[in-house]
Amino acid sequence: MRTLLGRWQTWAGFGVAAVLLFGVAPVVLSDFRLSMFGKFLCFAIVAVGIGLAWGRGGMLVLGQGVFFGLGGYMMGMHLKIADAELRGDAVPDFMQIAGVRELPGYWQPFASPAFTVLAILVLPTAIAAALGFGVFKRRVKGAYFAILSQALAAALAILLVGQTSLGGSNGLNRFRTFFGFTLNDPANRRMLYFIAAATLLLVVAAARQLMQSRYGELLVAVRDAEERVRFLGYDPANIKVVAYTVAALFASIAGALFTPIVGFIAPSQVGILPSIAFLIGVAIGGRTTLLGPVLGAIGVAWAQTLFSERFPSQWIYAQGLLFIVVVGFFPAGLAGIAALLRRRRRRAAEPGTAPEPLAPETDPQKVGAAT
Amino acid sequence: MTPVDTATPKEPAFGGNAGMRTEYLEIRGLTVDFDGFKAVDNVDMTLFQGDLRFLIGPNGAGKTTLIDAITGLTPATGSVNKSGVELLGRKVHQIARLGVGRTFQTASVFEELTVLQNLDIAAGAGRSWWTLLRRRRGVLPEIEQALETIGLTHLADRPAGVLAHGQKQWLEIGMLLVQNADVLLLDEPVAGMSHEEREETGNLLRRIGAERTVVVVEHDMDFMRAFATSVTVLARGRVIAEGSVAEVQANPKVQEVYLGTAAAAGSEETA
Repeated sequence: MRTLLGRWQTWAGFGVAAVLLFGVAPVVLSDFRLSMFGKFLCFAIVAVGIGLAWGRGGMLVLGQGVFFGLGGYMMGMHLKIADAELRGDAVPDFMQIAGVRELPGYWQPFASPAFTVLAILVLPTAIAAALGFGVFKRRVKGAYFAILSQALAAALAILLVGQTSLGGSNGLNRFRTFFGFTLNDPANRRMLYFIAAATLLLVVAAARQLMQSRYGELLVAVRDAEERVRFLGYDPANIKVVAYTVAALFASIAGALFTPIVGFIAPSQVGILPSIAFLIGVAIGGRTTLLGPVLGAIGVAWAQTLFSERFPSQWIYAQGLLFIVVVGFFPAGLAGIAALLRRRRRRAAEPGTAPEPLAPETDPQKVGAAT
Repeated sequence: MTPVDTATPKEPAFGGNAGMRTEYLEIRGLTVDFDGFKAVDNVDMTLFQGDLRFLIGPNGAGKTTLIDAITGLTPATGSVNKSGVELLGRKVHQIARLGVGRTFQTASVFEELTVLQNLDIAAGAGRSWWTLLRRRRGVLPEIEQALETIGLTHLADRPAGVLAHGQKQWLEIGMLLVQNADVLLLDEPVAGMSHEEREETGNLLRRIGAERTVVVVEHDMDFMRAFATSVTVLARGRVIAEGSVAEVQANPKVQEVYLGTAAAAGSEETA
């Protein structure tokens, strides 16, 4: 009975989300705002992965910009090649200006749309898996893992700035088409938004399945008592690698959607700052829940936009303050507050079901004697 | 699990109760060396299925280190042979999969997961990824049975974090049962328990010890006298005595060790 209700609730939840994303948002929002909302949805896709890896798996992923950037740059490379081909040029515009006559070797496979999509899905996943095995098998965890992942983001950003064949610090921008659709057309930009919205729903559904499966229970167990899990016959490294890899995949997909929606991808989207910004929304929304990270990421990004439009340079302070308040006083995020209220209301509604005392009393003297 | 077993419920007995087909754990020359300090020094010990062995000794005798070495947590030299399989040199999770389970001095259960989820995880080390990625449906019969054995059936859906101390220890023992461990190493399972809880734990150990090899590290001498079928005394990393409860208590070396450290073994627990 309860599972039937639960399933019904789930479908209803997805239904409401779909109506909001596909029905209400395109009607209420202007084309400009809709496109901006599409960008927020990309951040939300990253956030779902962080919620899984950090909230459920306890891995503080401070470098999701790496995978976001990988996805974004790979998509950007394909779009630039496609634009150049359309104009009849051998190389993208920014290379022409730099005097490059021939497409660099590592660009060439990205001329194929199929290869590009496949690479966006496979390459970051493979890198995350290799990295994860290397790190988790050696039992690197906690702050060390966080620093490592952040250093990686910094390193990639620095590397990209130095790559003139990837646009240097400007990155890749001024895309004209997306898989044959001109990006000038508002209808096509709306289509991009719909793709992002559909992807977000899929990603949430996938994360939900992972969290509610036996794997999800095991992941929480690893988060809370890794050594204990080891003594039950599991290798915790394998369990963590899966969550880390899935988070990387989500970030890569988000980056690949971000590039055409926003119209550029640059080292500034890859480094430490954006990586931390991804985290803030997750922390505020509630990292251990499924929807907390989604709503937190969208909410923070939205607040940032509104705030920055009024007070251009002060958002960073507001963001910092928000982060401190949430982490310091509401470690479970807004979702934690919601859960607390719900529990309180339920307790008020049925006062008869107060938790009965569970324990036979323990004799304090014996406690002392035995240790 | 032959029909004979169920027809005649066995009791743990000195030297084991399984006869020729017994499972065993044979420890030979086990040494744990912490930079020159030998926490466990050349220990020999043989355990048979159905023997409820208590491991006692003063603080710092190396009891917990011995368990750490057997379970692969601490590197050691020598040999630990479980029914023909060498354990030393294997990784912690591999040793666990070979049927060696342990508990810890501080009960360590997964506090945010329910009792049922705790047991389900303990039962699942051999699961395929396909099974892992799907949802848990229903309760496995062995888990139901374990819940019954440890007396937590009515709390199956409670988060393990809200259990009383004693109940957490029982849950840990239940996790070893569904893990299908046939060598159980329990590190001070009754520490911090009330008198009634100790009694119940002892009976629980008697029940599960009949078909398994159980080692209990314990400080509580009353508890030891009431439930042990055999005793090994450890001091400064060495085995100084082994035998039945009566034999060990009569051993002058044991009396000396306990007199020298913490008053006599008998009077220690009268407080």
